[in-house]
Amino acid sequence: MTLSTAAGSAAPQEGVASAPMVLFEGISKRFGDDANAFVALDGIDMAVDRGAITGIIGRSGAGKSTLIRLVNGLEKASAGRVVVDGTEVGGLNDAGLRSLRREIGMIFQHFNLLSSRTAFDNIALPLEIAGFGAADIKAKVGPLLDLVGLGDKAERYPSELSGGQKQRVGIARALATSPKLLLSDEATSALDPETTQSILALLKQINADLGLTVLLITHEMEVVKTIATHVAVIDRGRIVEQGPTFGIFTAPQHETTRILLASTVGTNLPEWLRSGLKPEPSAGDRVLVRLTFFGATAFQPLTAQLVTEIGGSVNILAGAIEEIAGDPFGTLVVAYPATPDILDRANRFYAATGLATEVLGYVA
Amino acid sequence: MSPEMLFDLLWKSLLQTLHMVAVSGLVGSLVGLPIGIFLATSGRNELFPAPALNRAVGLVVNAARSTPFIILVVAIIPLTRLLTGTSIGTSAAIVPLTIATVPFFARLVEAAIRDVDKGLIEAARAMGATPMQIVFKVLLAEARPAILLAFTMTIVSLIGYSAMVGAVGGGGLGDLGIRYGYQRFMPEVMLAVVVVLIVLVQLVQSAGDALARRFDKRNRKS
Repeated sequence: MTLSTAAGSAAPQEGVASAPMVLFEGISKRFGDDANAFVALDGIDMAVDRGAITGIIGRSGAGKSTLIRLVNGLEKASAGRVVVDGTEVGGLNDAGLRSLRREIGMIFQHFNLLSSRTAFDNIALPLEIAGFGAADIKAKVGPLLDLVGLGDKAERYPSELSGGQKQRVGIARALATSPKLLLSDEATSALDPETTQSILALLKQINADLGLTVLLITHEMEVVKTIATHVAVIDRGRIVEQGPTFGIFTAPQHETTRILLASTVGTNLPEWLRSGLKPEPSAGDRVLVRLTFFGATAFQPLTAQLVTEIGGSVNILAGAIEEIAGDPFGTLVVAYPATPDILDRANRFYAATGLATEVLGYVA
Repeated sequence: MSPEMLFDLLWKSLLQTLHMVAVSGLVGSLVGLPIGIFLATSGRNELFPAPALNRAVGLVVNAARSTPFIILVVAIIPLTRLLTGTSIGTSAAIVPLTIATVPFFARLVEAAIRDVDKGLIEAARAMGATPMQIVFKVLLAEARPAILLAFTMTIVSLIGYSAMVGAVGGGGLGDLGIRYGYQRFMPEVMLAVVVVLIVLVQLVQSAGDALARRFDKRNRKS
């Protein structure tokens, strides 16, 4: 069993409560009859830390929707255990499941708001379901509308709101019963990039202010990169990689992670460059090296030093600087002559500075 | 026929039609509504899974709907007599009209409820709603405009059906048209009946549309 380590910013906020908020143990899920069953999840082991924002990323059909629905019992596992805050979900009867669900908020890609209810009444729905009286509902919904920045939109119907506003109503609704866990099912996938950022900022703020644990699934690396402190990469029903977001993003181990990353982090080579790459050098070739800056190396003028070290023949081909889970991270693709002398000097420089490097190939 | 007499006949027939349509429309819809809800929620993996009963009810509903109305009227005469003590007249006509309304309205309600976005059911389940709460707070609330339109359509169909119960002496506008307009060859009576029916259907449809629009919040402009 592999557990993600509760390191860095995702440390448990309560001393006693070091047990994870959600624990998946040996989870498998098959759909259909035994003969031609479709295996959606296959041996998932994962822990969601208390108070953290954990992202599960994968391509569509990878099984992430099924996985998140196991947490509130919308799906049942075929094998294995799901434990939410000490309670095994599979062992609950209908009534027990309903009271657990009232402690877990959920937001959806298509918002799933009732078109027949105003923003106020949509947020009131989970409270009505839980049996709150009109006065209690009124006292709770007002502050929630303010929290999500829709204080003036209480009487608007969903059809009168923009996508971002609808998701804000969805978030307020998910928070109405003061849950301990928020599940986010592709909550920003139907939104434009700018709105996505504002919704992510809101989720981040709620996580920080309320100490609410957030488990989100997405196919967008951008989402994970922006708010998740921990990430699990899921592919064909299996978790192929998991750990603190920064580590996964700066040193992806699995091919699926690399592919998902390629679109967001500046690690993509231009097509004209990639097509000319050779795995072995021939005389007169130049070597292509990717330099990765993070942690201690992120703030040093290492590029200038490299140029000084190996002479003026360094070419910068691609580069990007980003922020991942709040930490700066830079990549730079450089090329220089693949002569033994220059290679030797470069390698000594890398060893001395602790710069992470990767030889991508050789070009004529 | 003097205009006064014609007016008198029209008025009496109109009242009979309204009586038949109102009673059978209300009773039939009240019975049809829960059957429609059941049909829409009792399939496999639905809120109240009972696939066998769902199929059985569906079969009965289809059988009732495929029976031509005029045959239904005659076929259930024993039942009509049992319920009303007679097999002719306006009250007797209400029985087959009601029985025809139930499956008709039930299927329309079923379609209206099945049209509700499945995501809303999932969201309500995620909130910890009971199946009953989902029916009342989500499905019926969201399907209300469609159900109101279904009710309107049912009433309009009933106005048409009610013309056929003249065959069992049910009275009403259709009966008037057949007896005076056709059998006694008085085209002015036939014309008057048709005009009154057209106006009646228009009024019902407009009222139903307006009501449905009032409850439909899906396409409001901001």
